[in-house]
Amino acid sequence: MRCPKTTMIVFKNVTRSYPANPPGSAPVIALENVSFKIDKKEFVSIVGKSGAGKSTLLKLILAQEKPSQGQVFFDGQDVHKIKPQDLPGLRRRIGAIFQDYKLLPSKTTYENIVYIMEVLGKSDEEILRDMPKVLEIVGLDGRTQNTPAELSAGERQRAAIARALIHRPDVILADEPTGNLDPYNTSEIIRLLLKINEFGTTVILATHNKEIINSLEKRVISLEKGKVIRDEEKGRFIL
Amino acid sequence: MWIALKRIIKLGWKTFTRDGGVIMANCFILVLTISLISSLFLMKEVSQFLIESLEEKVDVSVYFKEEIKEIDILDVKEELSNVPEVKNVKYVSKEQALKDFIQRHEQDPVLMKSLQEIGRNPFLASLNIRASDPAQYGTITNFLEGSLFENLIEKVDYYQRKTVIERIFSLTASAEKFGIVFSILLAFLSFLIVLNTIRLAIYNSKEEIKLQKLVGASNWFIRGPFLVQGIISGILAAFISLLILTSICWTFSPTIKILFSDLSIWRYFTNNFLTIILIQLATGIGLGIISSTIAIRKYLHV
Repeated sequence: MRCPKTTMIVFKNVTRSYPANPPGSAPVIALENVSFKIDKKEFVSIVGKSGAGKSTLLKLILAQEKPSQGQVFFDGQDVHKIKPQDLPGLRRRIGAIFQDYKLLPSKTTYENIVYIMEVLGKSDEEILRDMPKVLEIVGLDGRTQNTPAELSAGERQRAAIARALIHRPDVILADEPTGNLDPYNTSEIIRLLLKINEFGTTVILATHNKEIINSLEKRVISLEKGKVIRDEEKGRFIL
Repeated sequence: MWIALKRIIKLGWKTFTRDGGVIMANCFILVLTISLISSLFLMKEVSQFLIESLEEKVDVSVYFKEEIKEIDILDVKEELSNVPEVKNVKYVSKEQALKDFIQRHEQDPVLMKSLQEIGRNPFLASLNIRASDPAQYGTITNFLEGSLFENLIEKVDYYQRKTVIERIFSLTASAEKFGIVFSILLAFLSFLIVLNTIRLAIYNSKEEIKLQKLVGASNWFIRGPFLVQGIISGILAAFISLLILTSICWTFSPTIKILFSDLSIWRYFTNNFLTIILIQLATGIGLGIISSTIAIRKYLHV
């Protein structure tokens, strides 16, 4: 598929269904015939009730799951045709903030955040230079030698955000990044995402937080039962 | 490249020092396996020794007619020494045979009395033949009987001993075969045990492995630390096994020496020290690497 150079992510008639369980019942359809484009440097919110397909959509971009039908493109590349050995290359261009944090339980917070830098082969100097900045941005100084189990939910969430930011990815996928934060911290994080977006990073934010969406005045894609029911510039949270 | 290698080793070392309990369990199983394999190596030597000493006891004697002169017998001896299947030939003169008999049966008055009654040396001069391989006794006997010496020979005692020789031969052959099959089986079983222990340890980390894949770590960057951990455990286990084996050999070597005077486990152990260390290290490291690679494989498909 040919895309203009400004296009970052394309969903083309994507359907994702899970096999019927028990056999004979209707298969579960997480996404149905979803198509949209996201440009580079865009800030897009994906809204919908729980189970509307937001997380599935993000998993498809990360090649964590395969579409049953249709194609997903990342910077002109069909994500699900990338060879397994080239997948890390795609994933390193994406900073993912997972709903359940997905921090490495056996490593300290510091090691968790640094891990992606190590994966990328950054030098120790670069790590020492960037680490304090990121910790300051997410407000996590002082707890870096604790393991995730020793952190509060909010701190874990911030560690997850720090990990997604530190290597300056092209795209940030944020799945409910403020789910465990108080209103003050929530607006901080959203402001942070906006700032990162201003510097040129594409941000895809999946949330069901009405206030956030309404205050953003950015593009909103609304999902319901796996279908795109609305896709508006400067959208609002209407379900 | 170097920075990645350095980090992989560092990550591996960190997990090694953190997961003490799991690592100890792995090391324990590895120690058992390594000790088993190195004792198989020692057992091979012991059984080889026993088989050889058994085979050593087998020989064939050719008895010469009474009137044959010593010089002719020595000719035959010379001739026999040139036969490739023959390991060595020993000449036993009539006098020697008598001496041996008396020495052996000194305590038996009946035999001694009968010997006195005969009043002369009833023994025949003989050649004592040892073959390099027990299967060759038949060939040697055929050679003797079909040759020019035939009319010099009173008898060859091969036919009396044939069944015993063949039985020993088949016994040692099957003992060797059994030993090989048994060793392979044990080695395979211990490999399975190590594999399962390491698989359980890695199962604990499966979520972590998936996560590392999701943030874009390459398979080698994920696998590397586990391999490093496997190598460290292997080296540690090899070292512990070496200590155990050394003390066992040291303690039991004198006892074994009392039973078999020619068999010194301790000397064998020290002579082959380097080989043993290599076997232990190779087993430890090899098992660590192979099991980790197999155990981690299925979690890398994310």
